[in-house]
Amino acid sequence: MLAPEKIWWKPLGRIEKTWLTVALVWCVFLTLMMPLWYFMGKQNVPAETYRTTPTQYNEKINAFVEQYKIGEDTINGITLPVVEAPAGSDVYLRASTWQWYPILQFQKGETYRLHISSMDLQHGFSLQPVNINLQVLPGYDYVATIVPTTTGEFTIVCNEFCSLGHHTMIGKIIVK
Amino acid sequence: MATLAPTTQWVKGAKDDYRVCGVTTLKVDMHTERLIIANAVMAVVCLVLGGIAALLIALTRWQAVHLLDATWFYRLLTLHGVDMLVAWIVFFEMAGLHFGSTALLNARHAAPKLAWIGFIMMTVGGLMANAVILFDPKSTVAFTAYVPLKAHPLFYLSYILFAVGALITVITFFINLVVAKREKRFEGSMPLAVFGLMTAAILATYTLLEGATAIVPAFLWSLDILPNYDPGIYRNFFWGFGHPAQQVNLAAMVSIWYMLAQMTVGIRPVNEKFSRLAFILYLFFINLGSAHHLLVDPGLTFAWKAVNTSYAMYLAVLGSMMHAFSIPAAMEIALRAKGYNKGLFGWLRNGPWNEPGFSALVMSMILFGWIGGVTGVTIGTEQINMLVHNTLRLPGHFHATVVGGTTLAFMGFTYYVIPLIFRKELKLKKWAVWQPYVYGVGSALVSLGMITSGLQGVSRRNWDITFAGVVPGTVDLTLAIFGIGALIAVTGGIMYVTIVLVSILTGERKEASGLLLVSGTNNPLLDSTKLTDEQMESKQNQPKGTLVMVFAFLVWFAVYYLSNWWLLGRTWFIR
Repeated sequence: MLAPEKIWWKPLGRIEKTWLTVALVWCVFLTLMMPLWYFMGKQNVPAETYRTTPTQYNEKINAFVEQYKIGEDTINGITLPVVEAPAGSDVYLRASTWQWYPILQFQKGETYRLHISSMDLQHGFSLQPVNINLQVLPGYDYVATIVPTTTGEFTIVCNEFCSLGHHTMIGKIIVK
Repeated sequence: MATLAPTTQWVKGAKDDYRVCGVTTLKVDMHTERLIIANAVMAVVCLVLGGIAALLIALTRWQAVHLLDATWFYRLLTLHGVDMLVAWIVFFEMAGLHFGSTALLNARHAAPKLAWIGFIMMTVGGLMANAVILFDPKSTVAFTAYVPLKAHPLFYLSYILFAVGALITVITFFINLVVAKREKRFEGSMPLAVFGLMTAAILATYTLLEGATAIVPAFLWSLDILPNYDPGIYRNFFWGFGHPAQQVNLAAMVSIWYMLAQMTVGIRPVNEKFSRLAFILYLFFINLGSAHHLLVDPGLTFAWKAVNTSYAMYLAVLGSMMHAFSIPAAMEIALRAKGYNKGLFGWLRNGPWNEPGFSALVMSMILFGWIGGVTGVTIGTEQINMLVHNTLRLPGHFHATVVGGTTLAFMGFTYYVIPLIFRKELKLKKWAVWQPYVYGVGSALVSLGMITSGLQGVSRRNWDITFAGVVPGTVDLTLAIFGIGALIAVTGGIMYVTIVLVSILTGERKEASGLLLVSGTNNPLLDSTKLTDEQMESKQNQPKGTLVMVFAFLVWFAVYYLSNWWLLGRTWFIR
């Protein structure tokens, strides 16, 4: 709170220098971890994105469901198609207030190109209990290349506030 | 040796409407005094509004209680964000800027009229935001108001009014600095605390400009003047405002930490260069952290995300780690110089633990660093963010920084503003002794409850997570910890507001007679000027205890950080 003495530009003491060096090394380590994981890790944030419109995306998803539909199931009392595409193919998921469409089925250990886009508001793709979370925006076709490593029924929770029915927006992914 | 700012003559022709504080010997311009009082009162009003909302939404997320219906939950969540993250804190900071740019420089307030215009705009904006959120069902859009979720035009207008008002106040801060320098009110460099506040003011300037860039188009879009507003672009601009706003808090809070340390234990900064460099690192690098909110957004590359999220090599984190050393080190030296020299931590045991400014400072530093800082850096790591984005771990992090850190420090500081600026005797001193502990423990539990719930996948901003049907039974336990923590923290908040109101409303106007409230009659601020270079540098006064503490902190940091990479490695493959 007080004005410093006239000349305050003084060399650092030994303890300060020690801490500064250690802290700086730690910061460099934190920085290096991200590129290291980018090249060596198996879990990276998808970057592949395309521009789209709700109409375009709807056409794609309807064609996709028609081609690969294998059955039906209900969520919140609404009947939804269950869709399984062959390994390696493009798979489409649609977010709209307050529904994830359709129900997707995968095979464990296989690779899929999962497209996600929103028809209206911003939504949040939160796969539970795997706990992978991605932001979903209207106008953006976000492509995640995924390999399910566990089997079972997984729930997609919407974790971006999308007005009053937000908490009812639940979807499903099945891994055989 | 540091000296109190020299007393210069008031310039002829200038309004010499000031008083000299008998305790600190600082000159307080009467315009400054009234501005500080007005801003502080509005800050507390917003804290009360936001606090009521906090209690009700916490009691709703505590699944066993589940108090509100969905409509009111989301409505009050929006209100809570606006009042706490912006209104309470910015009003308090504006009071701090008026104080720092005049009293601490021995200077006059050079632009009081402009400052009042800023204050009135902020007040109108803040109250309007509350009214719109409460009475217009459409404006339940959460604090972030993500496009294309559309609120009432008045909602955006209230943001704009508040931001422009704050910007005007920040401009008066710079005017004061320039005028003080020109009128030679102080010699040499400005005090460290003012330097820190200046950092906050510079950060605030571009934060507020970016806020306008985000919100003005949203306002036009809500009036149907602008046909489209890209949600990705909005997010980028919004977080150029939303995140840096919290960095303004950081810089202001650290300045208040230095002040509280000086006022309660009489520190001299260990090395002015070291502390000032740390502030400069904030200035250059901290706002890159806006990218933390966009780490799992479509349309952005790894390189963009990694460079920004790491503040270009974590240089802003380095700044915080420097302060995390230099403040406790200065406290250790000051206390050791008083003779509390036993062992590594004898000085700490002998700190004035019953002095609210001291306990608020210590609790604030622990919560901010050990919980807030560590979790923040970890979840702001590009890949790890996939495990965290929009889960309760996120508010868990920022309740440790903004509530346990900033708010607690501001509360502790208020207890000294009441006698020194309001010139009212502090009432309910026994409450004030306990309040920082109650509030600190409460907010720690809130954070821990949120973080552990989020680790299990519970999302934030969700009225009823049981709809998901996947949350394990342990979530009931962690959400209960969050709820109980909230009850304790709200109790601490009520104590704070009661102490402030009772002191201001029932106390008689009285000049302060001492700086310390309960722990003694000495004046640490004046004591600090008596600390000699020999005492600062003597071998037995060296901050060995602090060195041990910061290394323990680093170990905890590393354990938490690395265990999150381990957690990430166990999930599905994704690219």
